Amino acid sequence: MKIAVLVKQVPGSESVLPISEGRPWINEEPVTFVMNPPDNFALEEALLIKERKEEGEVVVVSMGPNRVQKVIREGLAKGADRGIHIEEDGSIETDPLLIAKRFAAVLKEEDFDLILTGLQSDDTGMGQTGVLIGEMLGMPTATLAIETDIQDDRIRLKRELESGWFQWIQFPLPASVSIQSGLNTPRYPSLKGIMGAKKKEIKTVLGSELDNGRRSQSIDKIYVSQTSKQTEVIDSDVDVAVQRIVEILRSEIKVI
Amino acid sequence: MDILVILEESQGSLHRLSREAIVGAQKLGGSVAALAIGENADALASELSSYELEEILTTKHELLSSYSSDGYSEVVTQVINSTSPTTIVVGHTYQTRDFMPRVSARLDIPFIPDIISLSDEGFVKQVLNAKLNASVSSSSEQMILSFQSAAFNDEEMKAGSSSIRAIDIELDSSDVRSVSEEPFQEAAGDVDLENAELLVSVGRGIEKEENVHLAFDLAEAMGAEVSASRPVVDSGWVDAFRQVGSSGHNVAPKLYFSLGVSGAIQHVVGMKGSKNIIAINKDPEAPIFELADYAVIGNVLEIVPKLIEALNN
Repeated sequence: MKIAVLVKQVPGSESVLPISEGRPWINEEPVTFVMNPPDNFALEEALLIKERKEEGEVVVVSMGPNRVQKVIREGLAKGADRGIHIEEDGSIETDPLLIAKRFAAVLKEEDFDLILTGLQSDDTGMGQTGVLIGEMLGMPTATLAIETDIQDDRIRLKRELESGWFQWIQFPLPASVSIQSGLNTPRYPSLKGIMGAKKKEIKTVLGSELDNGRRSQSIDKIYVSQTSKQTEVIDSDVDVAVQRIVEILRSEIKVI
Repeated sequence: MDILVILEESQGSLHRLSREAIVGAQKLGGSVAALAIGENADALASELSSYELEEILTTKHELLSSYSSDGYSEVVTQVINSTSPTTIVVGHTYQTRDFMPRVSARLDIPFIPDIISLSDEGFVKQVLNAKLNASVSSSSEQMILSFQSAAFNDEEMKAGSSSIRAIDIELDSSDVRSVSEEPFQEAAGDVDLENAELLVSVGRGIEKEENVHLAFDLAEAMGAEVSASRPVVDSGWVDAFRQVGSSGHNVAPKLYFSLGVSGAIQHVVGMKGSKNIIAINKDPEAPIFELADYAVIGNVLEIVPKLIEALNN
């Protein structure tokens, strides 16, 4: 069982996000980066599958500038066997088709049985990379998996649908599956794991050499959103606030 | 046709986000057609018969009686190839997220997802955990767009007339590699959040399980239903069928009264279509206040008991 887990490095949820003056993205210098939280669940699921089967290999694959080696190492410290770094020269790539083509070109070289991705990234949030790659490699795909069960050469998985509905589906491997956050409890690396990770292999491939570089969509500008909503702020002592809420319910929204 | 809207079914009728997608398509300008897929295609098409659409295409096949990513991506690809729209529009739902990227890869055309509005500069999408907006564009001749819940108001759908045309597609059983079991609900209850007029929604600000009754007491005093955010459900304080947000219900009540809900993007997408929003939160910086009509800065545990008392008198 050979599993590839795609892991992205993104700004942490508490990080500052200064808008860059030179390019349509943030100025990364003061930003603290972390492993994209949804990808952490995908990584954990890959490690659990390997442990349940008591055989196999988990390969962490990440794309981006040199800094992303940190999240690859984090994956190796948690128990992944080796890493692949698709290197980009400085800027981050935001075109999902181009990103998927680069991943597909690299993943095609090895016969993975399963490709796991997180729900979406906390930075660009395009939410389609795993499905695009699956299609490009001719694999069945599924999203929002909340339980996985490998049965010989097939995978059976429970999918989350909308409004509290669920569904079990199954299809043959190899396949590309995107994982819903919260399905497991991601582990922390052990000290032994951290030490061992230093000896594990990370292969580097240059992203720009993998395709013709044709961009299909681009982020042209980022900015702070201006809310147009008129909000009445009620910041008073409890009794005054309660009185005002009753008045709103009675005379303005007219629901009591 | 210029624009093709791919319709989705939800519990036997047209998904609200499909209706909103039609409004978005009409605002883009150009002729708009729609595609209904599967056993219920005729019923979905007839829901749209009094709106301004160039035509509504329907397609049925025994392999399309239930949804599959393989089947839907194949059919939609065929219809795009035979009708050549420049823009393909869908609602940003779990289902379109599951199969539209496949269409994008097959046709090698971009899929710009989760658009919240249109601007002169491009399509507006939230990035970096919804802290910033991005303007996204494409120079491709053909593209796929998905619109986030409540990006458009479905009441603004232009009235008019449309015709229905059945089209044939080729689908072989070998095209569909997946086997799907029947969908099921884990804990249904008889609560209908999506059609509730009034919702009292409880978030992490309620602090402890023992305090959750405050939300139920307030709801009772107002004749409202109780909903919740994911952290509260994950803690086991409130049943999962009450969850609002990207992994729960999409609601649009007359009043959404939130108690200690911070307003994470995953929650907001499920309730921002609410007509009126009152939010109580201790943190003046809570993102929920950006959406709220009434932002009450204060402690839920102090305000709500007194409010219940006032309402009951």
